Amino acid sequence: MNDMTEIAEAGRAGPTASRGASAVAMEGRDVKVFYGEKQALFGVSLAIERNSVTSLIGPSGCGKSTFLRCLNRMNDTIPICRVEGTITLDGEDIYDRSLDVVELRARVGMVFQKPNPFPKSIFDNVAYGPKIHGMVRTKAETEEIVVSSLRRAGLFNEVKDRLNEPGTGLSGGQQQRLCIARAIATRPEVLLMDEPCSALDPIATAIIEELIDELRETYTIVIVTHSMQQAARVSQKTAFFHLGKLIEEGRTEDIFTNPVHKQTQDYITGRIG
Amino acid sequence: MTDASLSRPASAQPYDRQRLRKRRAAADFRLRAYGIAAISAAIGMLGILLVTIFVGGYQAFVQTHIRVDFDIAADAVDPANPAAANWRAIVADGLDSLLPGVESPAQVRALGQLLTNNTQFFVRNAVVANPALIGGTLTLEVPAADIIDQLNKGVIRRDTASENRRVSDQQIAWFDQLVADGRVSTPFNWGLFTNPDSRFPEIAGLLNGMVGSLYVVAVCFLVSFPVGIGAAIYLEEFAPRNRWTDLIEVNINNLAAVPSIVFGLLGLAVFIQIFGIPRSAPLAGGLVIALMTLPTLIIVTRNALKAVPPSIREAAYGMGASPQQVIFHHVLPLAFPGILTGTIIGMAAALGETAPLLLIGMNAFITSPPGGVLDAATTLPTQIYIWADSPERGFVARTNAGIIVLLGFLLIMNALAIFLRQRLERRW
Ligand SMILES: Nc1ncnc2c1ncn2[C@@H]1O[C@H](COP(=O)(O)OP(=O)(O)O)[C@@H](O)[C@H]1O
Ligand SMILES: [Mg+2]
Repeated sequence: MNDMTEIAEAGRAGPTASRGASAVAMEGRDVKVFYGEKQALFGVSLAIERNSVTSLIGPSGCGKSTFLRCLNRMNDTIPICRVEGTITLDGEDIYDRSLDVVELRARVGMVFQKPNPFPKSIFDNVAYGPKIHGMVRTKAETEEIVVSSLRRAGLFNEVKDRLNEPGTGLSGGQQQRLCIARAIATRPEVLLMDEPCSALDPIATAIIEELIDELRETYTIVIVTHSMQQAARVSQKTAFFHLGKLIEEGRTEDIFTNPVHKQTQDYITGRIG
Repeated sequence: MTDASLSRPASAQPYDRQRLRKRRAAADFRLRAYGIAAISAAIGMLGILLVTIFVGGYQAFVQTHIRVDFDIAADAVDPANPAAANWRAIVADGLDSLLPGVESPAQVRALGQLLTNNTQFFVRNAVVANPALIGGTLTLEVPAADIIDQLNKGVIRRDTASENRRVSDQQIAWFDQLVADGRVSTPFNWGLFTNPDSRFPEIAGLLNGMVGSLYVVAVCFLVSFPVGIGAAIYLEEFAPRNRWTDLIEVNINNLAAVPSIVFGLLGLAVFIQIFGIPRSAPLAGGLVIALMTLPTLIIVTRNALKAVPPSIREAAYGMGASPQQVIFHHVLPLAFPGILTGTIIGMAAALGETAPLLLIGMNAFITSPPGGVLDAATTLPTQIYIWADSPERGFVARTNAGIIVLLGFLLIMNALAIFLRQRLERRW
C-alpha cells in the first residue's frame, strides 16, 4: 500500500540512524485490538520510521492511544485488552513469547498525557529507569546519566539547584519535560508520546515541541495529538485514524495539503472531530 | 395549557416566589437545627459517659498510705534466712508502737485491719532486698486497707449507723489519731500501674492487664499485618476479576461484620482444643483477635492501594518496572500512611476487644504478669471485667480507673494514627 522508500527519504531530516540498518524502526501489521467484546482497532498497518516524528491524528475515541500503547505493550496492563496482528521492533516481534516486556519498555519509552512524575525527588525520577534496568553501577554513573538526560530534555538549567526537591513541585511544563528526561534516561530507541501537551499552556507547549524536534536526531518518536497545527509543526509523517481504522498515512505535508481521502480532508478542515 | 400557565397573572408571581423562598429557608433551618441537635445529643451522651467514668474512677488514682516504723530486731530476723522470720509479729509490733495499749485479741485484729493484708510481705521484701536493715528501724509508707482508704475518701461515711458500717467506731478513732500524728498521706497511686492483680483492692493494679494486652496486641499485629497486607496486595494488584475473587471479597466484607463472640468460640475450638495452645494464653488471644482484625486490615489496605493514582502505576509500568517493582517502589510507599493509620486503628480495636478473650479464659485471676505468650494472662479489658465483678468497695473506683487507663491508651493510639498520617502525607 505504501511506498516505503519514498516515505523514508521524505521523512529523513536528522543524521543517519546509527542503530539498525533498516529505515523502519517499528512496524505494525494488521493490528487488531479488542477491549473485551468491543473492537477498538480494525487491522491497522503502519510503519514507524527511524529518527523521525510520526504523529497520529484523528477524532477522539478513534484508537490513537490504543495503537500507541500497543507499541510498548502498555495494553498488557489492561486485563480485558487483547491484541492481534504483528508489531515489530527492529524486525523482532514484540509480542513474541521470548521477548521480555520489561526490556521492551526500556527500549520503547513512553510519555503520558498528564505529566506523572513519581512523588520522589527530581533526581530519583530520572535515575529510576537506569537503576531498575541495571544500566548504572556507581553513584557517579547515575549522576552522569541524570544530568545528561535532564540536559537533553532542556530542563537541567532550571532544576540544577534543586535536584533533591520533589518532581511534583515543578510547573506542568517542567513536569512534562521531567517525564521526557525520565523516559530518555533508559536510552530508548523509540519514544511514545500520548498528547504530551494537552495539559500544558501554549508557552510550555512550544518548548516541548522544540524539544521534540531536537530529540528526533537521536530517537524515533511517535506522538498522538489532537492538534493538527502541532502535527504539522513537529512531525514528518502523519497517520490519520478514524473509528479504529487507519484511513491515510504519509508525509505530513501531503496529508495536510493534499489528502487522498475525503474523511481526512473533512477532519483537517474541521468538519469532523 | 402551556400558554395558560405562562400567562399567569403578574400579580400572583411575587406572592408565590416569596412563599417559596420562605419555605426553602424554613426547610434549610430545620435541617441545620436537626443536625445541631443530633451532634449535641451525641456529644452530650459522650460527655455523660466520660463524666460518670471520671467521677467514679478518679479516687482510684490516689491511695491512702500510713507511715509505720517497723523494728527489725537482730534477734528476730536471721540474716542468713530473713524470709523465714515471723513478719506477722513484726507488723503487729509496728502497729503497737503507733497506737499503744491495745490488748484484747479482738482489738488487735481490728487494729491489724487498718493496714493492707499484705503488709508483712512488703516489710519482708524490703528487708530481703536490703539485709543491712536488720538491727535497725524500717519506716514504710504502707497502703491502708480498703475500708480505711474508703473512709479517708469519704466513700464510707462516718454518719452511717455503726452496725451498717464496715469500719468500727474504734477504727475511726484510731485512724483520726494517725491523721493527727501526721502518719496518713494520700499520694498518687503508682501501684495502679505497677502492681499485679490482687484480691485486696488497695494493692490491686493493672500491670498484668497491661503486659497481657501488650502481648495480645503484639501477636495480633505480627499475624494480621503481614497476612492482611499480602492478601490486600494480591486482591488489589494481581487477582483477576472473576467469580472466585468476587466470592472472596464478599466473604471478607462479611467477616468484618461477624460478632466477636463467634471468633471467641472459633478460637476455643481451633487454637485451644485442636492446636493445644494453653487456655488464657496471650498467643491464643492474639490469634483470635488477629482473625477479627484481618478483614478490617485487608479492607483498609485495599482502599489505601486503590487511592494511589493510576497515573503513578502507569508511569512505573511505562518505565519497564515489573509488577513487584511497581508495588514496592511506588504503590506501597504512597499507600503506606493510609495502611499505617488503618493498622493502628485496627490495633486500637484489638486492644479493646473483650468478648472473645473471655471465652478463651483470659479473665482468670492471675497474681503475676505473664512472662511470655504462653503464660496465663489477662488483658486490660478483661481485667476491668474481673474488677467489675468483685464485691469489694475499692474495686468500683478501680474498675472506672481501669476504663480511664484503657481509654487513655486508645486515645494515644488514635492520636498517633492522626499524627503519623499528617506527618507522612505532607512529605511531598
Ligand atoms: N481501558 C479501556 N477499556 C475499554 N475500552 C477502552 C479502553 N481504552 C480505550 N477504550 C475504547 O477504545 C476506543 C479507542 O480509545 P482510544 O485509543 O483511547 O482513543 P483516542 O486515544 O483516539 O481518543 C474507544 O472507543 C474507547 O472507548
Ligand atoms: Mg487518547
